[in-house]
Amino acid sequence: MTMTSRVLLLTFAALLSTPLHSQDAPLKAALPSPTESKQAAAAPKPHDSEGQRIFQQNCSRCHNAPEGFSPSISGTIVRHMRVRASLSQHDEQELLHFLNP
Amino acid sequence: MARYGSHITLSPALWTRALAAVLLGSAICATAQNVPLLSGGVGFLTNTNGGSTSYTPTIEPVLAMPLGQHFMIESRADLLESFAPNGGGQPGYDHTHFIGLSYLQGDYIASPHLTIMGGTFLIPFNTYNERLTPLWISNFQATPLIFSLGNMSGGAATGGMVRGSIISRPKYSFDYAAFFSSRVGTEQFTAKRSSGGRTSLYLPKQGLEIGLSYDRSLQGFPASHENFYGAHVWWEPANTAFRLRSEFARGHHAQGYWIEADYRTQAFGGLDSWIGRIEPVFRMQQTFRRDNAASDGLPSVNTQRADFGLDYNLPHNTRILTSYSRQFASNGNRNIWQTGIVYRFLFPTWKGK
Repeated sequence: MTMTSRVLLLTFAALLSTPLHSQDAPLKAALPSPTESKQAAAAPKPHDSEGQRIFQQNCSRCHNAPEGFSPSISGTIVRHMRVRASLSQHDEQELLHFLNP
Repeated sequence: MARYGSHITLSPALWTRALAAVLLGSAICATAQNVPLLSGGVGFLTNTNGGSTSYTPTIEPVLAMPLGQHFMIESRADLLESFAPNGGGQPGYDHTHFIGLSYLQGDYIASPHLTIMGGTFLIPFNTYNERLTPLWISNFQATPLIFSLGNMSGGAATGGMVRGSIISRPKYSFDYAAFFSSRVGTEQFTAKRSSGGRTSLYLPKQGLEIGLSYDRSLQGFPASHENFYGAHVWWEPANTAFRLRSEFARGHHAQGYWIEADYRTQAFGGLDSWIGRIEPVFRMQQTFRRDNAASDGLPSVNTQRADFGLDYNLPHNTRILTSYSRQFASNGNRNIWQTGIVYRFLFPTWKGK
């Protein structure tokens, strides 16, 4: 099979395998999907909006948001992001509150 | 087809022992939200470069383990097996395997503006090395042509680093990183004697980040002390899924840049619709030799390359990456085809309290 054929086959398989509506992951945490982020932006909660802003500006700048994770690792994720993204202490606390309200 | 240069190589037995020791230690210190996590990516990649094809199943696990309120241990490993057809008309496939650590570091959060790191860490020069090398993040399999400039070939340093946020306000923020690396030549840990750092300004309203990097190699041949300069600009307008990223790097013997743009439309049912998951990507790169001392890992002649990618973001943290690249150089033009499927995982190392 040529490389061009492989590319077309993979793309076609991806389109076929994608459901019209995504299913929630079993461990869905407070983390919003990109679609949910837009809905939340329409009616932001005062505290969450700050954490959400920090999440979008510092985490989503580099990578897609994971679809879900256990609340038991939210503190670890935030500390990892504090180091990686050079977050301030305030940003770390707001982000933790956003991920684990 | 190496995604990036040298790693810390570990035997499987040593890697297993290190992992067990880290997990045992974390069991003592974990609190409700601070259970150690295991994340990373697993993928199957193919690469056809100038007519030669290889197949690479790979896994990149990341471990993050908080210890108390101020400490954390982090590590990322790279395990891969690469298969390629035997050359010379011989049937069958040859294969090579690789196991190594990209970084293994301890972090101490000393103050709101200062984090101190020790161990082997990714060099903070420009953005690609620290932010975009993970398998589950990068839009293209191949690293930029200028990757080795400023990253001391392999991208890792062994020594100490300080970093943090200088100031963070709703309208702007500054951050910094500065490191020193000693020369290490053991089988498991390899690094060059070097020092340097990076600072960047981020304007959230404009979605604009501008940064400058500098580092200095304090060993090597023929230039024993070589300076590297870098600059990066990222632009990600608010409320869009458009991203523009770019880097420039200059060394004693060569310089170059890359610009990458990617986009996902929200116009047809949002980013989670089947069409919103399609992500076209384009990257343009050029390298320029300043002399013929090709000691920096860049192509030996001036090179231009255009990368056209079409990625698809499947549900459940899975991405399909496809790309075609055309490279132009005076020593020969070539086509590069790359495909891959990558799954990103993220879970606690145990259930927690």
